[in-house]
Amino acid sequence: MALSTRSNFAKPDDAFRAIVEAHHGLNDEQSADLDAALVLILANHIGDLDVLKEAIALAAQRMLSASQQQQQQQQ
Amino acid sequence: MALTKTQFGYRRHPDQDRAGADIAEHAVVVVGAGPIGLSLAIDLAQRGQSVVLLDDADRIGEGSRAICFSKRSLEFWDRLGIGQRMVDKGVVWSVGKIFHGESQLYQFNLLPEEGHKRPAFINLQQFYAEAYLVDRVEELPAIDLRWRNKVTGLEPRNDGVVLTIQTPDSAYRLAAQYVVACDGARSSLRQMVGAEFAGQVFEDQFLIADVKMTAAFPTERWFWFDPPFHAGRSALLHKQPDDIWRIDLQLNRFSDPAVEKLPENVRPRIARMLGHDKFEFEWISLYKFQCRRMGKFIHGRVIFAGDAAHQVSPFGARGANSGLEDAENLAWKLDRVLRGTSPEPLLDSYHIERSAAADENIRESTRSTDFMAPNSHQEARLRKAVLSLAKETEFGKRMVNGGRLSTPSIYETPLSTADGDSWDGGPRPGASMPDAPVAGQGGEPIYLTDAFIAAGTGFTLLEFSNGAAAERPDGLGTIRIGGQGGLSDAAGLAARRYDAEPGTAYLLRPDGYVAARFRHPTRAALDAALARAAGHI
Ligand SMILES: Cc1cc2nc3c(=O)[nH]c(=O)nc-3n(C[C@H](O)[C@H](O)[C@H](O)COP(=O)(O)OP(=O)(O)OC[C@H]3O[C@@H](n4cnc5c(N)ncnc54)[C@H](O)[C@@H]3O)c2cc1C
Repeated sequence: MALSTRSNFAKPDDAFRAIVEAHHGLNDEQSADLDAALVLILANHIGDLDVLKEAIALAAQRMLSASQQQQQQQQ
Repeated sequence: MALTKTQFGYRRHPDQDRAGADIAEHAVVVVGAGPIGLSLAIDLAQRGQSVVLLDDADRIGEGSRAICFSKRSLEFWDRLGIGQRMVDKGVVWSVGKIFHGESQLYQFNLLPEEGHKRPAFINLQQFYAEAYLVDRVEELPAIDLRWRNKVTGLEPRNDGVVLTIQTPDSAYRLAAQYVVACDGARSSLRQMVGAEFAGQVFEDQFLIADVKMTAAFPTERWFWFDPPFHAGRSALLHKQPDDIWRIDLQLNRFSDPAVEKLPENVRPRIARMLGHDKFEFEWISLYKFQCRRMGKFIHGRVIFAGDAAHQVSPFGARGANSGLEDAENLAWKLDRVLRGTSPEPLLDSYHIERSAAADENIRESTRSTDFMAPNSHQEARLRKAVLSLAKETEFGKRMVNGGRLSTPSIYETPLSTADGDSWDGGPRPGASMPDAPVAGQGGEPIYLTDAFIAAGTGFTLLEFSNGAAAERPDGLGTIRIGGQGGLSDAAGLAARRYDAEPGTAYLLRPDGYVAARFRHPTRAALDAALARAAGHI
């Protein structure tokens, strides 16, 4: 099974809002704790190390492109 | 301790009187009489080799070192004739509990099923294990154990090694076809061959105390994250023989070892842990742990084993236990190469199998140590999430890492013959043989591991009889289950653990690992598997 990046929710906005709202009233530290727990719960639900690694790689691309942009700005 | 001999004398050996180029020659010299060198020497001697065993000290070191010895190590020691003595003295355990703060997160049982000769673990002070091994060595005239013989020089030759050895009298030289370096984590032989020892040093310090007290704690391994008596850190409590308890306390990275070690500082902390202060200290030591290994375990005719070849942090009890697996892996191969019944490249499989095992042990113990002492803020955050999820979920419990205890590796090795038949279970080629209860001809209960010892020290065929008398290669030991004159497997556990049907056969290596398995072996298939396992391919 490969990582699915098709849109899987019938109503994606509901999913996005649910995650945003979970952070309401939390400070940054608490938000980060919530995310950590959420990541672990979802990772276990997926239960497939290859999919997890693909998801991590996709997420980590943002850090990559952010640092590339920074480098370009510095040049 | 009164009955245990731990002090030995230096004796001058005639080899020391040889002068100039006329030096004594031996087949194998083992350097270091720690648990690994002693066990290796015994195994080699039981196979008929003469062994010179050198150690720079003349006594067995005390202090807090290994306490947990695994089922696999006990099965090896059974083959060396000293398993029972270890078990009789040791404290048997298989249950571990993990606590977070005040509450228990979960418990595990390392050997949930019946029908094994040996328990998952015993706890036994390393000095007892070494003392019993020395007693066994003294029963074997083929081992020449020389105390206060320190190797100080090594000259490689094409067909051997010349060692320079310092003694209380004077230095002397000795030639050996093979040298096995079991000289511990600070191995000087490793330096002499110019090998590096790369890896990771953990910044956190651990205080290890052995305390004497009579207490009604159960014989279980108790591990705490963030206990009330040691806020923010981890702690471990474990029982040893003689009413001694092992306590490991994680310290802060920046604590001053000299201050931390003072009994007046340690005592109140442990009193809070135990809930009373009726205990005496046997030893207090501070450790920083490392995980590292040599790139190659074989350097010409010098072969490295035990801590000399690889070092791990102790969470998981993988140090001595993995070194003992090195010894059982090497002994039969070296014996065959010395006899000329296998070609020298058989030894390469020692490096292949045991360096992969070292990587696995390092990976496991590094993960445990990192979980106890997270390296970054985010790692600490994820650990906090795991610990809190563990209260409510099964997956969270299984992610909590308070040490993953030593189990034998499964080898990906050129000595294995790949499965050709289909299997739903049982040990695959490269795995160690599982034990099972069976009965002898007179109905006496024994274990498969006993039958393996009785079948001799070579390759062994474990057959589940289908009544047919099959043609077998010469010189193969046999264990027959079922049929005329076979062992009986009334409970069917042997058949179940080996996924066996009538006709099934497992070819076992001399170290008890599976080399090949067949539903219906032919003579040709067995010959080929045997040749491969003996390094002829
Ligand atoms: C706190 C602690 C807890 C541990 N707990 C466990 C545990 O529960 N389970 C487990 O399996 N492991 C455990 N270990 C690891 C275990 O103690 C080691 O893995 C084990 O001692 C390695 O045995 P060895 O024979 O390779 O080396 P060593 O025991 O170090 O023996 C090496 C020997 O070589 C001799 N020597 C050195 N240099 C020379 C020389 N030049 N010439 C001649 N002789 C020489 C030394 O005198 C010594 O006798 C623990 C370790 C520590 C520190």
